[in-house]
This record gives sequence, C-alpha cells and structure tokens, in this order.
Amino acid sequence: MSSKVMVSTHLNGQEVTFLCEPRQTLLEVLREELGLTGSKEGCGNGNCGACNVLLDGVLVNSCLVLAVETDGRTVTTIEGLTPPDRLLPLQQKFLEHAALQCGVCTPGFIVSAQALLEQNPQPTEGEVRRWLAGNLCRCTGYDKIVRAVLDTAQSLAGDPAQDSAKEVGR
Amino acid sequence: MHAFEYVAPHSVDDAVTLLQESGDAQVLSGGTDLIPQMKEGRRRPPLVVDVKHIPELNELVYDPVEGLWLGAAVPCHRIVGNGAIARAYPGLVEAISLIGGIQIQGRATVGGNLCNASPAADSIPALIAHRAVCHIAGPKGPRTVPVEDFCTAPGETVLEPGELLVKIHVPAPPPNHGGAYQRFIPRNEMDIAVVGAGAALVLDERGQVIQQARIALGAVAPRPLFVEEAGAFLAGKPVSEEVLEEAARLAREAARPITDMRGTAAQRKHLSHVLTRRVLIQAVQRARGEEAGRRNGHV
Repeated sequence: MSSKVMVSTHLNGQEVTFLCEPRQTLLEVLREELGLTGSKEGCGNGNCGACNVLLDGVLVNSCLVLAVETDGRTVTTIEGLTPPDRLLPLQQKFLEHAALQCGVCTPGFIVSAQALLEQNPQPTEGEVRRWLAGNLCRCTGYDKIVRAVLDTAQSLAGDPAQDSAKEVGR
Repeated sequence: MHAFEYVAPHSVDDAVTLLQESGDAQVLSGGTDLIPQMKEGRRRPPLVVDVKHIPELNELVYDPVEGLWLGAAVPCHRIVGNGAIARAYPGLVEAISLIGGIQIQGRATVGGNLCNASPAADSIPALIAHRAVCHIAGPKGPRTVPVEDFCTAPGETVLEPGELLVKIHVPAPPPNHGGAYQRFIPRNEMDIAVVGAGAALVLDERGQVIQQARIALGAVAPRPLFVEEAGAFLAGKPVSEEVLEEAARLAREAARPITDMRGTAAQRKHLSHVLTRRVLIQAVQRARGEEAGRRNGHV
C-alpha cells in the first residue's frame, strides 16, 4: 500500500485539506472522506456523467480524476453549485418538467446543464443534446430533461432579474 | 485500483529521468484512458507520472506560417474552443471534437489519444492526413516521428523506455488547403468509430487540380492506417467524381479490418470506401471555400 498524500483543494468555496492515497479518485474522496455524496457513481469509467464536477471551471467526470491531481486546484460539486436554501431556476424547471424519476443521474445533469447555460445561455436543442450526451439517464428518455434545460434558458432570457444561472460555478 | 506512487514533475528532463528510472511507470495526462485501464487491472504501473505541470506539454500555439504546436497534455476543450485553430484545420478539430462527450473533452488530450494507440482513435487519421509530426524527448535526446509511424500495434507505440511525447507539430495549411474527418457510429454521440476517415488536400489556385492529398483510416487495421497510395493517385489529377471514387476504392482495398462487436469486416470495408469519398468531397469543398456547413464529423 502506498503512503497517503496531503492534498489542499479549493472545494466549493472553501480551502480543504485531506489525506488520500494516489489510487483514490476524486469521486471516492468526495463521497467517502469528505461526506459530499451528491456526486454519484454510476459507471465509474467516464460514460454516465453522474459524478460530474467542475475542475477549475471545466466539466469533468470525477471518477476519472485522481484526488491527488486536485492539489492547488478548484473543485465545484453539486453541493457548491446549488444554494442550500432555495432552488436554482434549472432545478425548478427539472421539477416542473418531471425531468427526473429515480434521481441518481440528476446531480450530474444539473452540473452539466448549469455549465452549458453559463457558457451558452441560449442553446439550441441540438446543442443541449450534444452537451448532455455524456450524461446517461435510464428513466426519463431525455426529452423531459432537454425541455427543462431549454425552458430554463428561455425563462432566464425573458426575465433578466432572475439571472442566478450565472452567479455560481466559476 | 492497485496502489501506486504519484509524482508530478515540472520539467521534461525530470519526467524523462523518472520514466527511465522506474521502467514500468505510466504517463498520466488526461487520464480518460489510463484511469479506467488501471481500475480494470489492465495496467498496474508502480508509478504514475502526471505530466500536466510541464510547461512544454501545455503549449498551444498557432501561427499561420509556423503552423500548430500542440503540447501533449493540452486537453481537447482548449483546442476545440480556439477559433483560429478551428478555422485553420477544420478537419483536424472536428476529429478532436469527437473524442468523448463534453466532460471527456475537458480532460482528454490528443497526446494521450496518440499514446493510447487505439486503432479506432479519432484524432490520429486526421493528424496523419495533416502531416503531423511527434516531438519526443528521451534519455538519448530528442527525436521526431511522423504520426503515421508513431503507433505500432493496438496500445503500442514507438516510445522507448524513458521516452515522453512532448508535443505535436502540424504544418501550416498552404493556400487552397482543405481537410475533413468523418466517422461512422451507431449512436449520435459518445461512441467509438466503427470506421473513421481523414483527408487533407491542396488544390491549384483555380480549385480544379489536386496538387497533393493524404488519406488515413481508423479502425480498419491494427494501427491507424495511412493510405499513401490513395493520396499519391490523386496528386496532379483534376477534381472529378471518377477520380475521388477511385481514391475511395484504393482506401477500401488498403483496409484490413476485423469483425468485432462494433462491426463486421465487410461492413468496415464498405465504410472505408463511403467515408473516404465523403471526406474527399468535403475537403475539396473546403479548399474551394464552399463549405456546406456541416458542424461536426457525424455521418
């Protein structure tokens, strides 16, 4: 067994220091060492997107990142992206459109879709589908998720005061 | 995953020394191939050398005269998001944009796509078509290897113990240059090519005669396949349906595919023909500045 390494990461707005083995993925450390269980393990090999987080603002699969790689870097998880006391417009639209059933894929979809809307506030349906191709959902058939994202974009464009899609994540 | 040591050197020399001393060390850049392989136990390196902190491997510079310098640890999203590079090499950038979904693009690197040496790697046929060259550092000093000679077998490359892929150079596109990459997959996104085809060519100033052309195929041989004879056939010929069709036939003939879970050998032969014809037509359109507006390389 290799020795543990000290890692300091800017995680969800706070400086966090933890010990890990080089073989531990970021997902494993988030869930099992740091108690952040919002990121889910679906496939564990980068196909399903349930573990998506932002690493220095870039969308990645946390199951394909070694925790040691995050030393000195910024990590944002679903817990850091979503306010504790209210829903993001995107979350609200997921509820309205019934864009989830079992919910395991949902944190990954929210992290991905939020990253999309920050980069491209008015995506086309094709752009939404392309962007979310790395997130798998076995319940909804995707249409409701795509509609929820498009409706979020539309409502934010129509209501500039409700600009909170842009306030988080970077 | 098995236990291993992790080190992140800050210079090419340090990385080479570490790789040479360990012998069985693995280089980590984006990790999108290496980490799943380690999870499955297919690779069990005692030492993982993270090369993302080495400046040369993060270089991404395009100059219309010097061409493109692409560091081996530059993630795909940086390349795809660079407008000047996308305009200069649309065929190459399309191929790179097809590697995984958005979250894979955030990590995966072209250098890693090369070093993983999958016969179906999307970037490699496009790199071959665009005359890309690998710049390698090692204990015996630097050397260069054309991309078509870099992969030797599935998962194997010309890299010797202690050697490190530092960067890839792609020559500047000459005037009237066009390139394209397309692949066939049964899904719309996020899949591994059943067959991929890359082409790049240069027309005369009237856009009528092919001056030079290069064609390469993916997933039809143990390594990405440079179909030199198809490009050589096109050189000096006026653009016509018949001429492009003959080059596509030569590509089909060169393909030596196997039957596996993704497709049969016969289907891959057929796809080699169809995709080569399509990328040649698209490359000609681009060289003439009459792009039809296809946004990415899906068939």
